[in-house]
Amino acid sequence: MTLALELVGIDKSFGSVHANKDINLAVAKGSIHGVVGENGAGKSTLMSIIYGFYSADAGEIRIDGKPVSISDSKAAIAHGIGMVHQHFMLVDNFTVLENVMLGAEGGFMLNSGLHKARKELKRLADEYGLTVDLDAEVGELPVGLQQRVEILKALFRGADILILDEPTGVLTPAEADHLFRILRILRDEGKTVLLITHKLREIMAVTDKVSVMRRGEIVDTRATAETSVEELAELMVGRSVLLRVDKTPSTPGRPVLEVEDLTVRDARGVVRVDHASLTVHAGEIVGIAGVSGNGQSQLLEALAGIRKWETGRVLVDGQDVMADGKVDPAEMRGLGVAHVPEDRHRMGLVNSFAEYENCALGYHGDPKYGSGALLDIKAMRDDARDKIEKYDIRPPSCTLKTSMFSGGNQQKIVLAREIERDPVVLLVGQPTRGVDIGAIEFIHKRLIELRDAGKGILLVSVELDEIRMLADRVLVMFDGRLVGERAPDASEQELGLMMAGVTREAAE
Amino acid sequence: MLDFLSAIFAIIFNLSTLDAAVRLSTPLLLAALAGLFSERSGIFDIGLEGKMLAAAFAAGAAAGVTGSAWLGLAAGVVISIALALVHGFASITARGNQIVSGVAINFFAAGLTVLLGQAWFHQGGRTPQLGPGARFGEVDLPGADVLKDVPVIGDIYNHLVSGHNILVYAAFLAVPFSWWVLYRTRFGLRLRAVGENPAAVDTAGISVAWLRYRAVICTGILCGLAGTYLSIAQSAGFNRDMTAGRGFIALAALIFAKWKPVPAMFACLLFGMLDAVAIRLQGQAIPGVGVVPVQFFQALPYILTVILLAGFIGKAIPPKAGGVAYVKERT
Repeated sequence: MTLALELVGIDKSFGSVHANKDINLAVAKGSIHGVVGENGAGKSTLMSIIYGFYSADAGEIRIDGKPVSISDSKAAIAHGIGMVHQHFMLVDNFTVLENVMLGAEGGFMLNSGLHKARKELKRLADEYGLTVDLDAEVGELPVGLQQRVEILKALFRGADILILDEPTGVLTPAEADHLFRILRILRDEGKTVLLITHKLREIMAVTDKVSVMRRGEIVDTRATAETSVEELAELMVGRSVLLRVDKTPSTPGRPVLEVEDLTVRDARGVVRVDHASLTVHAGEIVGIAGVSGNGQSQLLEALAGIRKWETGRVLVDGQDVMADGKVDPAEMRGLGVAHVPEDRHRMGLVNSFAEYENCALGYHGDPKYGSGALLDIKAMRDDARDKIEKYDIRPPSCTLKTSMFSGGNQQKIVLAREIERDPVVLLVGQPTRGVDIGAIEFIHKRLIELRDAGKGILLVSVELDEIRMLADRVLVMFDGRLVGERAPDASEQELGLMMAGVTREAAE
Repeated sequence: MLDFLSAIFAIIFNLSTLDAAVRLSTPLLLAALAGLFSERSGIFDIGLEGKMLAAAFAAGAAAGVTGSAWLGLAAGVVISIALALVHGFASITARGNQIVSGVAINFFAAGLTVLLGQAWFHQGGRTPQLGPGARFGEVDLPGADVLKDVPVIGDIYNHLVSGHNILVYAAFLAVPFSWWVLYRTRFGLRLRAVGENPAAVDTAGISVAWLRYRAVICTGILCGLAGTYLSIAQSAGFNRDMTAGRGFIALAALIFAKWKPVPAMFACLLFGMLDAVAIRLQGQAIPGVGVVPVQFFQALPYILTVILLAGFIGKAIPPKAGGVAYVKERT
């Protein structure tokens, strides 16, 4: 077995954060090697070192057995390393061809290079099944195709080792399957693929070998065929974890959130939510599945009172929200709608505020936190300490800046703030995005408890597994429309097709 | 009403007004193209005004002392590049705020030109009056004599096309040249890319900083030409504050033109035209309207930019990464 890539004793610190500790990794030529780990385990740092984004403090990188020095991306490319980043490195208003050429133009004048690149890309497309319209503007392409452009970019530069960082986060299950097919073709053609992910099922589906990272270290490397999802999860977290939540069948009560014919346009006038109707009952979790960008965010924001809607009616606990013709977040809160926003950094928290300040954010007018213009800091801190204890927020310090907490603990802060208001309806967007497995377990349990306490929950998540695990009913959203309702035990394939806009009738 | 229209018509479609429009739009055009290179690479530059002013002073002073227009040009370009590099250092290397840095350069140039001018030449901030050899004179294009007597074409060729100084021709030739650089060369492709998504450029193995430095050097050269034009081609010496806001009008033209070279030329011609009309109308009554204050015409470029962008020609979307220093993300 020859090794395409070998890491020996790689070490990297950022200030006091030891991101990579003595990493040893051997990747066989012509294989798909997975690297799993929780967020913050150091996977991305390690890949950035291989791609020359950072230089390691210590250690050696060997390619085809020879030690190499990779000081920048240019050197990495020269050594045959290509990378598909989690956030695509594309210029939106360039064509596919221009994007692929950037940095490999083949001369000062563009014309001759363009001609050659077009021919070479045609060959690559035929060889690996990577077809894409070369003259399309990249920003107009769906994400699945944008990713294909990224792969083409790497191959065009002659990459033999392809690194993919969380490649399926933005894809539908069908698109992900297609990607895996491409990866297998690449492997069979002798390329080496390094797949970074936190999704264990992907690892099982496509890799030959898998290395698990935890807290900056590689804790184990296994042949994929000889391990299981449960074992990998345990290695990632360092203790055994429950991947399933126990829950009893729901006992839906009165309707607490009724949405009729809701239409929402975005700032550019594009319809993002298209005549959506749904009902959430007390004591049930309604999940909205869909690929990111199909209007779920706008639906959630409209219901939270952040985004104006154009037509439609919303009733909270039987009360008509638009009765006075306008809607704002404070009014929705007053009616008992709590909101855990999809992006906690953008909407849920002020990261430079102390933890106790974030615990009161949006509810600072509450008499509990002081009277008139003054805040009762002591009451706020006591309240925050309660929440820290109840939600096991670590480190347990209410005066620490929120930015110092991990993703999971930040999310717990938001959840604690919203759930402790004792809402009638809880709107939750991506409750476990960027959250480690241990905290996911806690958050899922907490949401089920809330349901069992008779609250209605509307859950939006791009993680289909999460929706199927938590929801009592699943609505699928595509292109702004709610295209159908299924039971959570509907097959992943069926839900995946709906998420891609294919209805069962059309598929048959 | 008819009187009014015919009066306006007579003013606009008059060879000497059109000729003045070309001369007045030249510094705008050079400055707008200067801004184009910088902003397309993601560095906002409101310091065009300051760079032009400093270049105008340097050119005026050097030409005054040496008696050579070409040495004046060299001095103007060098000082403008130096200021552009200061802005580059502040924005690219030090990752400072690009607006603050631009404003600082404007203030610096406004103050220092007057101070040095007074210290060196003792003429209230002016540089010495330049003789013909120290200025860029008019160039007669070949054939101007021959065509002189041909009606219409001869007049247009003689007055409008021929008989400008060399910097006017340089400015208008810079338009197709800039277009060619931006859209037909490797440098242009990378420049446009770095203004939209510097991370894409970085991961393609290209240095973001070096690329942006080259872009601000281009800006420096063109701003230097613009300033030089003012003091030793259009006038015969430097006056205090002689740019009079042209750097900002050039920015307006650039936005108006959505950061594209050829539309930028038309925007600058339009603004130059307004300027020419304003000069001709100074103190003159328009039938049916009366005397229009000159300030109205001076404000027109800005008013037009706002109104036309607001409703008529669609949104001007600046380069996406403009104004933001590039920092490698620590994930």
